[in-house]
Amino acid sequence: MDLVREIDFGTPASTSEKQVTLTVDGKTITVPEGTSIMRASMEAGVEIPKLCATDMVDAFGSCRVCLVEIDGRGGTPASCTTPVGEGMVVHTQTDRLNAIRRGVMELYVSDHPSAWNETPGTGASEFDKVAAEIGLTENRYGTEGRNHVAPGNGSLTIDYMVRDESNPYFTYDPAQCIVCSRCVRACEEVQGTFALTIEGRGFESRVSAGMHQSFLESECVSCGACVQACPTDALREKTVLEKGLPERSVVTTCAYCGVGCSFKAEVKGDEVVRMMPYKGGKANHGHSCVKGRFAYGYATHEDRILKPMLREKITDPWREVSWEEAIAYTASEFRRIQYQYGRGAVGGITSSRCTNEETYLVQKMVRQGFLNNNVDTCARVCHSPTGYGLGQTFGTSAGTQDFDSVEHTDVVVVIGANPVSAHPVFASRLKKRLRQGAKLIVIDPRRTEMVRSPHIEAAHHLPLKPGTNVAMLTALAHVIVTEGLFNEAFIRERCDWAEFQDWASFVALPENSPETVGGYAGVNPEEIRGAARLYARGGNGAIYYGLGVTEHSQGSTAVIAIANLAMATGNIGRPGVGVNPLRGQNNVQGSCDMGSFPHELPGYRHISGDAVRDIYESLWGVKLDNEPGLRIPNMLDAAVDGSFKGIYIQGEDILQSDPDTKHVSAGLAAMECVVVHDLFLNETARYAHVFLPGSTFLEKDGTFTNAERRMNLVRKVLEPKATYADWEATQLLARAIGLDWNYTHPSEILDEIAATTPSFAGVSFAKLEEMGSVQWPCNEKAPAGTPIMHIDGFVRGKGKFIRTEYVATDEKTGPRFPLLLTTGRILSQYNVGAQTRRTHNVMWHDEDRLEIHPHDAENRGLRDGDWVRLASRAGETTLRALITERVAPGVVYTTFHHPDTQANVITTDFSDWATNCPEYKVTAVQVSPSNGPSDWQEEYEELSRKSRRIEGRLEAAE
Amino acid sequence: MSHDEMHTSSTEEKLVRMANQIGTFFMSKPHDEGVAGTAEHINKFWEPRMRRQFFEIVDAGGEGLLPIVMEATAKIRRPNEHMTRAQAAEADVSG
Repeated sequence: MDLVREIDFGTPASTSEKQVTLTVDGKTITVPEGTSIMRASMEAGVEIPKLCATDMVDAFGSCRVCLVEIDGRGGTPASCTTPVGEGMVVHTQTDRLNAIRRGVMELYVSDHPSAWNETPGTGASEFDKVAAEIGLTENRYGTEGRNHVAPGNGSLTIDYMVRDESNPYFTYDPAQCIVCSRCVRACEEVQGTFALTIEGRGFESRVSAGMHQSFLESECVSCGACVQACPTDALREKTVLEKGLPERSVVTTCAYCGVGCSFKAEVKGDEVVRMMPYKGGKANHGHSCVKGRFAYGYATHEDRILKPMLREKITDPWREVSWEEAIAYTASEFRRIQYQYGRGAVGGITSSRCTNEETYLVQKMVRQGFLNNNVDTCARVCHSPTGYGLGQTFGTSAGTQDFDSVEHTDVVVVIGANPVSAHPVFASRLKKRLRQGAKLIVIDPRRTEMVRSPHIEAAHHLPLKPGTNVAMLTALAHVIVTEGLFNEAFIRERCDWAEFQDWASFVALPENSPETVGGYAGVNPEEIRGAARLYARGGNGAIYYGLGVTEHSQGSTAVIAIANLAMATGNIGRPGVGVNPLRGQNNVQGSCDMGSFPHELPGYRHISGDAVRDIYESLWGVKLDNEPGLRIPNMLDAAVDGSFKGIYIQGEDILQSDPDTKHVSAGLAAMECVVVHDLFLNETARYAHVFLPGSTFLEKDGTFTNAERRMNLVRKVLEPKATYADWEATQLLARAIGLDWNYTHPSEILDEIAATTPSFAGVSFAKLEEMGSVQWPCNEKAPAGTPIMHIDGFVRGKGKFIRTEYVATDEKTGPRFPLLLTTGRILSQYNVGAQTRRTHNVMWHDEDRLEIHPHDAENRGLRDGDWVRLASRAGETTLRALITERVAPGVVYTTFHHPDTQANVITTDFSDWATNCPEYKVTAVQVSPSNGPSDWQEEYEELSRKSRRIEGRLEAAE
Repeated sequence: MSHDEMHTSSTEEKLVRMANQIGTFFMSKPHDEGVAGTAEHINKFWEPRMRRQFFEIVDAGGEGLLPIVMEATAKIRRPNEHMTRAQAAEADVSG
């Protein structure tokens, strides 16, 4: 296998429909109008040397290497900034051009380490290649005089800057820099952070991070776009500097968030040297964030458990055993438990981090092997309300658009989501569109990075009180209906008019007016009205939302309210509009699609349907239970009550990620066989009797489905460190409980999914290899997949308007718990942090902090950085305060990336009325000064240490 | 229920709360539709042992349940008797 090389066309593609034909070095080529000569040449197979141009950013025209001659025109224009013209005759190789290029390169090289022969390049540098191609042989300028390269031979060298090693993943060596500003433009145009600039002028021009700071101290978010853009070794991955250039690469899909970026995993020997964003990836188009690009070190972290382990009691130390023994023990335990306590006493949890194929197998094992429907997935605790809400209104449980759609959006509404932190690569595309002039409305209790950042400012920020989403969304609808801003033609054609009228009469009630709602939600009514008018009449309106919508007692109602708004304004069924849930984990969409919910078979078909069960019963040769199974919180309730005794958990850490930790631990403690199948001894494993070592995304084949319903291939880069990929381990277990499974490759599992699920009928590994990726539904009607849904009508037929009455959560503030806690994420960490905490990403975020408004802090005598006690009616914990005006008075906020924070000791057992999705986003709390970790935290720490003991090994120092 | 006290809900309390939450959502619908919606939702999403516990509460007088939920009980399916051990064993062997 070789390195996957992608062509750099030098400048971005033109979207013009008008075609222009020209000749380059005798070759005729037709390209869209507005294409640069550089790009057209490359398309004709003629590569023009270049330094400051790359197709990820706009042309800049500074390096003077890409010059060409054009018949009938004087001079030597830069090919990157000169657009093609009809009938143009271009020459890229003439004596004159070669002489100019050599002259230019000689000047560059005269102030570059290559002239000093000090450090041989890494071989990754385009600069060295261009110098070689041009045939540069001499340096007439010598090494005397001012330069940026040498630390100086005893003389004062004001031009020399030492290498910046502050970022854990890449270095900046100013000596190598040719000030082409590709990094600055990548940071600006691709990433949208504007952390880099060129300071000084003339000879003093330097690339500078932040306010002349080190990269780590600056506002740089370490997305890697600058490193990717750099044509020299000035910005270079530390792994490449340490290990040398990779030898082969495999295109695969990132296993972090729901954006689902495509990467080239570049490997040397059996080690990943770097992850390079893949330009052919349709979710990310060659961009990345700090997690996907750099934070893969967990895959080889020493904490990874590579051998199966058993213990009879959770107070025993772990004992390493063979796969055979672990599997046989598990199978016999599950058999015993079912015999002793009944068929419904066991279940499984599928993982949103594992592949579709692995997820499918876990639910299949539960249904075919355990003969019940006790299977659930972590989407229960994040986007299950999306499934319910969009299913009810539109007829299918998925986002309506592809990410490219944002390029056609005029008004973006972001509700309860912070894409800059949680979906960074999509956020970059969103910000790019906003800089082009699209308007932004943010509905969020916090003033997130989305509200105001360089060159972006929300037209309206509605900083509502946590828990008032439904009231706010209904107030927006109130304005749209009462001010006549709805799209009657769309509604009459696509929706049920009578249902609309009923809904309209409901939202028009005075109690839903911005004036009333604004009063208790803490938002200026005029802002609500302004936002509603803008969304309804500002052109293409698109709603993006996250867990700030779903994780509430009215999460499903809020999703319905969002769908109502989109239907009422006709913002559905074309590019630039739609309802877009931003999914937390890489394969949340896929795990939901694959039948992970206890009431649904793959493709969202209810288990009570005879026809659907028939399909699987005839294929699997068993009689399926027609009753819905237990959801995760119900499993835990049943465990506490004594009727649920065994669970197989693949790639989830419910003890850390699920709310009301004390209840989760009580449920787990009551079970007789807890099987954790994971990379690490996670928090849940404290209560496990069997540990099966998992495989990372680098170690297996399969597919992930991202937030835009896009199925991307996950390709095996390395052999599984623990012998078996997760699908193989599940198969071993299934065979041990008596199922005759004989899958030899995940493609066979996908074939079974396609054969049994209409929305996936046209999907196969072969098709994904051929097309790169496919968005479901993919079947006879849509053989190439479906980028945008509901184009000619809704999946369910007519769009359904549903009343969304606001019901305040039972979780209310009072004298003892006067503040509202809401929770969220940060860019550098991912979910419960099991992966990112085991990488250098901790340099950006090594502890969870409690954000609190200065007024609330002052009332309590708190200073920034003080330890505080955070208590709710469910429990208490301690962490350090961060005083900030990002949160409103009365609201506090924290992340949940670190297990010792125990944020979920605080969260309650309240949940969404329709799906039991926990109400993470609203907890009444009190904050008071503290001296340090709570008794619970210290006790927990001690128990954690004990529970991780492995016989024959020294205790791991976590 | 006081919210200013540390409190752990029993499964019965949770079932009452969940049923009432469902009923509350459907109260915004026309009455008959709301009752039917409440029943359908519980039938579709509640595992039999949850429904069995729910009916124990209902049969004991339905303390704490909203009227719409009580009305819906006529349309909520009572779960069949749970599988016997012998059946489970049989399924296990044939599985």
